[in-house]
Amino acid sequence: MHPFFTQSGRLGLYLLGWIPLTAILGGLLVLAGGLSLLEATALSVPLALLYAFLCLSSWYLCRAFPVDSSRLLATASALAMASIVAASLWLLSGTTLAWALALLPAFQTLPDRLARAGPVVFLLGVLLYLLVLAMHYVLDAAEKVRVEERRAADLRTLAREAELQALRARLNPHFLFNSLNSIAALVAERPEEARSMCALLADFLRTTLGMSERISIPLREELALARRYLAVERVRFGDRLTVSENVDASTLDVAVPPLLLQPLFENAVKHGIGARLEGGVLSLVTRRSGGRVSIVVENPADAGAEKPAGTGLGLANVKRRVAACWGDAGHVCARLHDGRFRVEIELPAEA
Amino acid sequence: MPSPLLGAVLVDDEELARALVRQLLAAHPDIRILAECANGFEAVKVVAETKPDLLFLDVQMPQLDGLEVLELIERDAAGRPAVIFVTAYDQYALKAFDANAVDYLLKPFDRARFETALARARTRLDSGAAPALDPLVPRGAPLSRVVVKDGVTVTVLPVSKIDYVKAEDDYVLLRADGRNHLKSQTLASLEEALPKERFVRIHRSYLLNLDRLVRLEPSATGAPTAVLTDGARLPVSRTGAQRLHDRLGH
Repeated sequence: MHPFFTQSGRLGLYLLGWIPLTAILGGLLVLAGGLSLLEATALSVPLALLYAFLCLSSWYLCRAFPVDSSRLLATASALAMASIVAASLWLLSGTTLAWALALLPAFQTLPDRLARAGPVVFLLGVLLYLLVLAMHYVLDAAEKVRVEERRAADLRTLAREAELQALRARLNPHFLFNSLNSIAALVAERPEEARSMCALLADFLRTTLGMSERISIPLREELALARRYLAVERVRFGDRLTVSENVDASTLDVAVPPLLLQPLFENAVKHGIGARLEGGVLSLVTRRSGGRVSIVVENPADAGAEKPAGTGLGLANVKRRVAACWGDAGHVCARLHDGRFRVEIELPAEA
Repeated sequence: MPSPLLGAVLVDDEELARALVRQLLAAHPDIRILAECANGFEAVKVVAETKPDLLFLDVQMPQLDGLEVLELIERDAAGRPAVIFVTAYDQYALKAFDANAVDYLLKPFDRARFETALARARTRLDSGAAPALDPLVPRGAPLSRVVVKDGVTVTVLPVSKIDYVKAEDDYVLLRADGRNHLKSQTLASLEEALPKERFVRIHRSYLLNLDRLVRLEPSATGAPTAVLTDGARLPVSRTGAQRLHDRLGH
């Protein structure tokens, strides 16, 4: 359906634009065919109205032939062809109308004189068709800009949310207070380890600080942050937390929004390791196949839980950010299978 | 007069967190650490076996959290063990007092704060005043599971597994997975804690999991009978029937 028919105001505005065009058509008929003012009006008004709607069909052409420099010749010939066909149809309708009017005694010689103006009318038809076509291309481009702007605004909002969430992660009582408590315990008996725990924690906090201001970062940096985070948690959880990494080097330069994966690691530690007596293995796998990258974070699930509780917010945020960045080209899939909770993110591999 | 020795049990899933309490207790020669536990199940068992005077209890732990441990341990007439919660979470603090803990320590804490908590515990133990204890710790959110203890065996029942709850004198009987579990609690307080959208009080003595209801059979006396998925039949009172109708949208 043509957008003009779904937005009523636009169709009116478009038809308004055809009023001067109708006058031009009438004028040409008078000058080139020697029609009287009455004859020219009787012909040009219905003809212009008909052509106004006929030209709207160029919207489908505009859709079928998006601006693409590699197909310039094909596009140009198709558009020229379409305008010639439209103009011919128009002239044919005009002639038919003239013959119909000739049944009235006052208009008997109308077909002859229209035939004289034929080439001019045909030329005008081609020009008008191309004009409307050009209008469609301009409107389409404007629409695309608007959509792009809205997407960019959405992205900014999400980035800000991520920043807030990162801030919350930094100030997450579970994480920060427990880490400080570990340091308090280490101070007296293992001061060297206390010092390195302070450094690890500071490292993690410092990295998150600068990160959220950027629009995208290489996966390499996101994984480096995750390693810092997991190193801190490993001091707390000791043997209970084991990390297994299988990272494909060709995925490291892929661009991701900052802190995209952080909620997944936090969930995995909190619900997968912290909620289990025996802890478990947190596994991270990245793979690249063709133009696609897959990132999988997996952890054992709490055996008693029916679904991992409390993972909703972080996971929902990851899903929204993937959708905002890649639209339909990005996928997030989370499932509980065989006692393991697995989140897979699939993205186009763009550096 | 030298004070008698006090036995303490430390419960925390993080070794370092236990180490901190251990280090601070070292300044108190009259306190002996009887055991350290890394999870709630162990804690319930060890408390029953060692009968400590003092219990340092973490709140966030896998499978059985500190509040559930407190619910399951038995205390003697003098209120032993005195419980000090140790937690990184502020929101548990108020509830810890509801549960008659002596004090709570927010991680990380310093020696001065630790000594204050310990002094409170000593006062409580010296006074021998047993705290009035409601086995149910009031929580903000409805329970997602119920813990029961039979001897030293602790069972965690997810609420979705519970068919119905029946009042039996001072106990409630929980029917789940074809087995009966007894818990020392009133039906009214359990009803209060369970998710309202799932459980309906169909009778003075019965709380029914709506998911288990197959049909209501009318009877000659007027009060219907509830038939459950496993074929069990429960009496429904007149007000119970009204509640069921309201809930099921009749």
